[in-house]
Amino acid sequence: MADTTQTMAAAPAKTKEGKPRNNLMRREIRWGLLFLSPWLVGFLIFTLLPTLASLAFSFTNYNPLHPDQISFAGLSNYQRLFTDPFFRQAIGVTLRFVAISVPFGIIIPLGLALLVNSEHLLGKNIYRALFFMPSMIPVVVNVMVWRGIMSTETGWLNRMLGVFSIQGPSWFQDERWVLPALTLMGVWGVGNAMIIMLAGLQNVPTELYDAAKVDGATGLQRFRHVTLPIISPIIFYQLVLALIGSFQYFTQAYIVSNGRGDPNGSTMFYNLYLYRTAFNFLDMGYGATLAWVMFVVVLLITIFLFRTQQRWVYYAGGE
Amino acid sequence: MASQTLSVPAKPRFQFKPRFRKLLPYIGISALGLVILLLFLAPLGYMSLTAFKTIVQVRDPHSQWLPASPINFTYEGVEYPLLMVPTEDGVRELALVKPGREESDYVDPQNPDAGVFTVQGRWRTFDPVYDFNPTLDNFPTSWEQVNLGRLFRNTIFIATLGTIGTLLSSILVAYGFARFRVPGIGILFIILISTIILPRQVTLIPTYIFFRTIGWGGTWLPLIVPHFFANAYNVFLLRQYFRSIPRDLDEAATLDGATPWQVLWHVILPQSIPALIAVGLFHFFFAWNDFFEPLVYLQGREDLYTISIGMTQFNNIFNTQPGLAMAASMMAIALPLIMFFLAQRVFVQGIVVTGVEK
Repeated sequence: MADTTQTMAAAPAKTKEGKPRNNLMRREIRWGLLFLSPWLVGFLIFTLLPTLASLAFSFTNYNPLHPDQISFAGLSNYQRLFTDPFFRQAIGVTLRFVAISVPFGIIIPLGLALLVNSEHLLGKNIYRALFFMPSMIPVVVNVMVWRGIMSTETGWLNRMLGVFSIQGPSWFQDERWVLPALTLMGVWGVGNAMIIMLAGLQNVPTELYDAAKVDGATGLQRFRHVTLPIISPIIFYQLVLALIGSFQYFTQAYIVSNGRGDPNGSTMFYNLYLYRTAFNFLDMGYGATLAWVMFVVVLLITIFLFRTQQRWVYYAGGE
Repeated sequence: MASQTLSVPAKPRFQFKPRFRKLLPYIGISALGLVILLLFLAPLGYMSLTAFKTIVQVRDPHSQWLPASPINFTYEGVEYPLLMVPTEDGVRELALVKPGREESDYVDPQNPDAGVFTVQGRWRTFDPVYDFNPTLDNFPTSWEQVNLGRLFRNTIFIATLGTIGTLLSSILVAYGFARFRVPGIGILFIILISTIILPRQVTLIPTYIFFRTIGWGGTWLPLIVPHFFANAYNVFLLRQYFRSIPRDLDEAATLDGATPWQVLWHVILPQSIPALIAVGLFHFFFAWNDFFEPLVYLQGREDLYTISIGMTQFNNIFNTQPGLAMAASMMAIALPLIMFFLAQRVFVQGIVVTGVEK
């Protein structure tokens, strides 16, 4: 890629030859490649080559402490997946978290977007900014604050539940409650999703609402038959992001469990297991295998969602 | 804000009924919004109140919300606790001088000259008097314990350089995608977009090995240099923005003999300030927040730690010292939050969103 840049530098000298029209087009191509070159180089060095190298590593037993002892391991890393109880556990934790957290990650931002889009809400802009704000808070701080709030003895959440004489669980220490606790934590950061959904709601043409009103549709019917179909592409987009995000979920799990998946492996998310394999146990060959499996799974999910979208996603203009 | 939102419809409230009925949805929705907002902001409330509490106050069940402590009253050189004592004249705040089982001796702080007197009742069942008593000690203590000053310097340095890098490179690449007819550019753009769904873990291990081999392990370079090679999100955002600028302007400039550089600098960029601010802020927040890569690349180099990994190191100490944890948290979010409020229109008014569903 470096030589692309070199030809660029030599470009002005060459342009004197050839037909003027052709010349102009060639100039445009050279300028275009010059501007694209940072990405082209970066894509090659930081994306394409590492992706292929990662595939190659997955067939080896590479350990950075003994790089010279690297040897071809065939499919053994892939066979290991089937007998690895931790791999199964990690998939289980991740899928359970998807099942708990994704619905919240769609419904709550949608609800908030409806609220801050309501013509009856006074001071809308203040609400939008304040609902968005927590998503700007660094994840580490987010986790620390929620650990405090959900602390068994001194936290506000269990004290609040205590007011209704409910004995709150010990959230982060209880393997049954740690995933709901992480979900609640995630709900605090839905600001971005809310703004994206809000943009979708503002794109709904008012004529459609007026027409529905004339036809005597109730508020709920208008939401079901006008709003939902029109914002379904955005819900779809959020769904894809949320599913991909669950497989890459790391920071919160790492901090809450001190990087060990505590309590009792209940926060051993897929990505956390990958990190431990590659960087704690330095088993980078198997780590690369886990990474590629993640890639394939994410790709399959995305393709699957795109395939099914004709059934439930509505695109105006029939594209 | 509460008074502002509610006072507006309150004026013509009881003039006549039809008007009130029109206002009802405003009051209802605004009240609902306020309740949800308060719940949403409660964690910040917890953080800012706990930051001012001593460890005793955190554990004290009488001081659940505000940082408060029991008060003592000094009588003849000795300190005695103040209690809420029910008497014939109602509940009075009295200092307990000599506790007894069924009756105790008290002195009235309002009128200490009246001397000690006896009141019936078990003093253990009386609530102590609490007073608002915040402490500022958590801030300097946690600042020193976590070495926040160094963490801030490191993070700001990395974030600033990365922001410059991502802005420079993403502008160039987005301009290339927006304005130049290069064969195969459509396919290149699709490749660019599809890298968004490529999990970064796939490239992580070889990239890590690569950086270690060239001697960049335990330095900031892996956290900064890759950002000088553009990133898909930012290129996408800027390209959409550049394309919305009419071509007539750059064509006119080109006819006048401007080079593509000059067009970019004098025509495109001046019209794209909001998008540039958005991209810059996004990267800054990303760098402030990033956890995975500093964790991988700075392992064992405490002097180079960023805010996010530096603070988790003290996670365990913080567990028993919520006051310190929350004081450090408040300081760690101060800069991002100030930046957010200064630029909140950029985030909230959808520049960031343009083109998402197109």
